[in-house]
Amino acid sequence: MMAVRVMAVRVKAVKAIRTPGGLSVRVDPRAAAVVLLLAAAVLAAGVVLIGSGDFPISPGEVIATLLGNGAPAQEFIVKDLRLPRVLVGLLVGASLALSGAIFQSISRNPLGSPDVIGFGQGATVGALSAIVLFDGGAVAVAGGAVVGGVVTGVAVYLLAWKRGVHGYRLVLVGIGVAAMLTAANHYLLTRASLVDAGRATLWMTGSLDGRDWAQVWPLLGMCAVLVPLVLMYGRPLRMLEMGDDAAYALGVPVERTRMVLMGSGVVLVAVATAAAGPIAFVALSAPQLARRVTRSPGPNLAAAAVMGAALLLIADWVATTAFGERQLPVGVVSGVLGGCYLLWLLVTERKAGRI
Amino acid sequence: MQRLTAESVTLGYDRRVIAENLSVDIPDNSFTVIVGPNACGKSTLLRALSRMLKPAQGRVLLDGQVIHLLPAKKVARTLGLLPQSSIAPDGITVADLVARGRYPHQGLLRQWSPEDERIVEESMAATGVGELAERYVDELSGGQRQRVWIAMALAQQTPLLLLDEPTTFLDIQHQLEVLDLCAELHETQGRTLVAVLHDLNQAARYATHLIALRDGQVVAEGPPADVVTADLVERVFGVKSQVIDDPESGTPLVVPAARRRSATAVS
Repeated sequence: MMAVRVMAVRVKAVKAIRTPGGLSVRVDPRAAAVVLLLAAAVLAAGVVLIGSGDFPISPGEVIATLLGNGAPAQEFIVKDLRLPRVLVGLLVGASLALSGAIFQSISRNPLGSPDVIGFGQGATVGALSAIVLFDGGAVAVAGGAVVGGVVTGVAVYLLAWKRGVHGYRLVLVGIGVAAMLTAANHYLLTRASLVDAGRATLWMTGSLDGRDWAQVWPLLGMCAVLVPLVLMYGRPLRMLEMGDDAAYALGVPVERTRMVLMGSGVVLVAVATAAAGPIAFVALSAPQLARRVTRSPGPNLAAAAVMGAALLLIADWVATTAFGERQLPVGVVSGVLGGCYLLWLLVTERKAGRI
Repeated sequence: MQRLTAESVTLGYDRRVIAENLSVDIPDNSFTVIVGPNACGKSTLLRALSRMLKPAQGRVLLDGQVIHLLPAKKVARTLGLLPQSSIAPDGITVADLVARGRYPHQGLLRQWSPEDERIVEESMAATGVGELAERYVDELSGGQRQRVWIAMALAQQTPLLLLDEPTTFLDIQHQLEVLDLCAELHETQGRTLVAVLHDLNQAARYATHLIALRDGQVVAEGPPADVVTADLVERVFGVKSQVIDDPESGTPLVVPAARRRSATAVS
């Protein structure tokens, strides 16, 4: 019945892998290649990072040790000291980037990132309260960060809600909340003793120093649950980018999709921040870089996640090796890199006439 | 019993009531056009018919079932909607956008079947955007873009298709192009179309069934030849006019009364 003016039109834009049973999975070859290359870069950076430090270990020895064939001394350095640090960096980078991709897609705005709209600042308030007001240990600080991040997420959601959450309102409300929380953080710092203030400042910079398996397990558990959940909602999220009405007409459960994804995004960023502090700009820049590299529309969730892991590990490698004896916290490097990127983004957006 | 009906619905946003106790039947296989002055509730009615707005009272029935209780994807396989404003994501190609119309037919493990591919190709061909398949949507003209969105709605393959002011922001050439396309879809594919239009003469020319609304109430409905009279135009739009036969199509043509100039103003 659809014989109207049919011409030979091939849809080249969409490719899929199909099985004889009628199952099919869409594949964007360029995006798939990007994900694989970035994953390889993450593994390579991980091996190099594990090998560098006061006791350098060659990449071959690192791999042998990871596979269980290393010397006992190296076994300890690799598996107990350096591997957990790299894993924390990898998981934190991926979590932050995934959260950034979610919020940028929902707000349809690159500035709708969790570190711009207050979630990072909220986690910081929680962590600083634990340090300054309750003199808490590492667990209390991590718990405070998670609570602070989640409470901020809920507050921003409620303040921005008016028959659904929309782009500019979310960004503007979030920036306002972030400003208030930053003020609260400064107040907490003025109340702190010198020792606590030092600890708090280090935490606020974002660092992977001294991270061990105690930080890896909660992160890994959260990622094991939330990453597949978020990826499953990637298809409805792509539809949401066309506007609520269009998505609704296509049968997307609009508010539920947004609730699940925003909830996951808030938890991802809160737990990541609890593990490594508010590492700057990964959530902002990784999804944008992923989108430009894959050249494909949509939230690019998987590419963003591996891009975030790669960015964080590379920033950590720069922070620990590029400045000789003086090692920098990774947050300083990611902040400088991200700041340059943000400036470039603002300049190009301005040239394109969007701001 | 028609496939799509609204039974004494009360519609509104928050506490503002737009229509009360409104009942509408969409005749099967018709090209129904809803007309009326601004803020008469035409778009609101369309939103209710498409499940986007839940009636405060009454119910909208699709195939005899309350539309708000049906699963979203199931509704989206029967009833499509072209909203007034949609956003083309940055850097999306025409083929990619049209392919998104297949969403309600897909699942996590059935993401792109050969059937999807065939229907997307046919939808692009039917709307004449086949040659644009690889182009970016943001590079297209307004008329081309609207045809791409219609192609996306077609790819949804729904027997019922609702269009909310599909000709707004288009120049006259593209308006006619879009309406011709709608008429063609209605005639050759037997789809039921429901459109909200601003232009009464276009509505009279293209519709097989006309619904005239004012203040949330149906003032008249039926074939344009029976419904469009000078009396109705005055009651619905508050405009004096003559209704003559359209010399092109024989459908009613509304010619608004000229402004009476006073003698001094002519000078």
